[in-house]
Amino acid sequence: MAQVSLRSLVKEYDGGVQAVKGIDLEIADHEFVVLVGPSGCGKTTTLRMIAGLEEITRGEIAIGGTVVNDIPPRDRDIAMVFQNYALYPHMTVFDNMAFGLLLRKFPREEIRRRVDEAARILDIASLLDRKPKALSGGQRQRVAMGRAIVRNPKVFLFDEPLSNLDAKLRVQMRTEIKKVHQTVKTTTVYVTHDQVEAMTLADRVVVMNHGVIEQVGPPQELYHRPATRFVAGFIGSPAMNFIPARLEAASGALNLHLPGGIVLPVPEERTGRYEAAKGREVLFGIRPEHLTERREGRATYAEIEITPEVIEPMGMETLVHFHLDGARDLCARLDPTVPAAPGAPIRLTADLANMHLLDPQSGRVL
Amino acid sequence: MSASAAAHRDLPRIYHKVGSLRAERRWALWTSYASLVVAAVIFLAPPFYMLITSLKTNAEMADLSGNPWLIREVTFEHYAAILGNELFLGFFWNSIKVTVLVVAITMAISVLAAFALSRMRFWGSQALATGVFLTYLVPDTLLFIPLYQIVGGLGLLNSTWGLLLVYPTLTVPFCTWIMIGYFASIPKELDEAALIDGATWTQMLLKIFVPVALPGIIAATIFAFTVSWAAFVYPTAFITTPDEMPLTIGVVSQLVRGDTFAWGQIMAGALLAALPPVVVYAFLMDYYIAGLTAGATKG
Repeated sequence: MAQVSLRSLVKEYDGGVQAVKGIDLEIADHEFVVLVGPSGCGKTTTLRMIAGLEEITRGEIAIGGTVVNDIPPRDRDIAMVFQNYALYPHMTVFDNMAFGLLLRKFPREEIRRRVDEAARILDIASLLDRKPKALSGGQRQRVAMGRAIVRNPKVFLFDEPLSNLDAKLRVQMRTEIKKVHQTVKTTTVYVTHDQVEAMTLADRVVVMNHGVIEQVGPPQELYHRPATRFVAGFIGSPAMNFIPARLEAASGALNLHLPGGIVLPVPEERTGRYEAAKGREVLFGIRPEHLTERREGRATYAEIEITPEVIEPMGMETLVHFHLDGARDLCARLDPTVPAAPGAPIRLTADLANMHLLDPQSGRVL
Repeated sequence: MSASAAAHRDLPRIYHKVGSLRAERRWALWTSYASLVVAAVIFLAPPFYMLITSLKTNAEMADLSGNPWLIREVTFEHYAAILGNELFLGFFWNSIKVTVLVVAITMAISVLAAFALSRMRFWGSQALATGVFLTYLVPDTLLFIPLYQIVGGLGLLNSTWGLLLVYPTLTVPFCTWIMIGYFASIPKELDEAALIDGATWTQMLLKIFVPVALPGIIAATIFAFTVSWAAFVYPTAFITTPDEMPLTIGVVSQLVRGDTFAWGQIMAGALLAALPPVVVYAFLMDYYIAGLTAGATKG
């Protein structure tokens, strides 16, 4: 049993700066939770408080039902993987992995067995006699993970473990981490600023901003039903388009009036939900993949004419960047076979079944 | 057409630039060699003069007619005399005893102090670290008077054991400073990883910091060794009995009788005294240069 509970957790630094402003989070046994957010959002501080490397100002942390606020890191039964690996440079790979077990006075044969087992899982059995400096970045990261695995702790903590790797290796190691979690099933808290990592790895994603939790949920839920403008804009790449609009009633239905005289009909099933916002300024949010080349056949499709500014052919898709009056940096995702050129107007289809309306003041999704 | 013509016109200038870079490099190389040769001559001339003087007979030294930089007749009589002199061997033994113990005391204190000051953040640690260095700036020529009172009060005047007390005032501050710098360069994640792995502060120091900071520890050891081997002011002030003297003052005080200078023996003794530091440097230099931290973190 190793659920992790954060209750009204606050971290305040000298001078009154609050890095974490009272967060509550329940992490279930065996769960893989990713804390994601921009730099300075408090995600790493939260992780370090769980590890015991940072003092807790207020609130409490419980691991496996025991409050650990005053328990030193070595007695919390956790293992941590650092961004820069933090391998002991003077020890071999074997000794690096065995160090924690040696300090805990495990018998020699048991240490050997556990290190061999972890080395097999991570495919580093041939590297056990090497020193860290003779390893590549990816291999060092595997050793760092191996050091965590051999301890068989209650909780794994990962602090941006892939940030120092090149793009290709990062994708490979991401899969590796997921595979390891599926094998050992240890409760995991993983910190990253990369929303792709968050989406691909997590059972649940915790989006943080300015020291508070914006939203917690499974990746798909966060993607399709963001609660705030921050989450809507942070999750997904390229980011969601936001266009200022006005919601007007029109003979029993609702219409969105976008700048440039564009009028979009709000789908029928949504009219009830947006009734209260009638006559108000709103933000119309739509993801680039729901703004595509011209299509027909669904009631929720609406047409918008735009003039592309920049075309980015990505191979499997083409990104078209454009602007409307009052809304800059907009993006549409087109099939690569669709001809598009900068400056030549084209008509796009917006799938309004996937649109979002946000309150521009509070940033909440309506 | 005009563009390519312009490009052609530029070509010689590019080549000229490369040529001038090469010339600049050669010039820099020559000037650095020249300055190094000048520096080497300045620094090596005195020991060389000591060497040839120690190999000359007394008669040859007294004869001013020839070139003083050349030897007409090589003799080892001064070396034989000094190595057969029990007093000199006593100086040597005193120096070894004091130096080894001072180095051990210094390293024990400064490694522990540096670890605490650089890693255990406590109230005033920053000010203490600066304070440690400031004490190093007070010259020993000022300190020996109050220290005389202290050593005298403890009844350790005229004893090598008194030196064990005063030499660390010279070595500990600087060694601590070196070690603070070295420990500070060890990534913080390394001790955090050790903490999570279950290490206590002592285990972290002995199993992680000391091995990783070995080049720094060796640098500090070399410094402590050099300072205590070559210390002159303190033993001059505190030691008057030949039996307790270290080499530095033993050689000059016992081999100079009134205005009679036994130059050959003085030079032979000084050269022999300079030997241990040379040996220590030669042995430890490789460790000193080796960068052990490579591979600890991304790099």
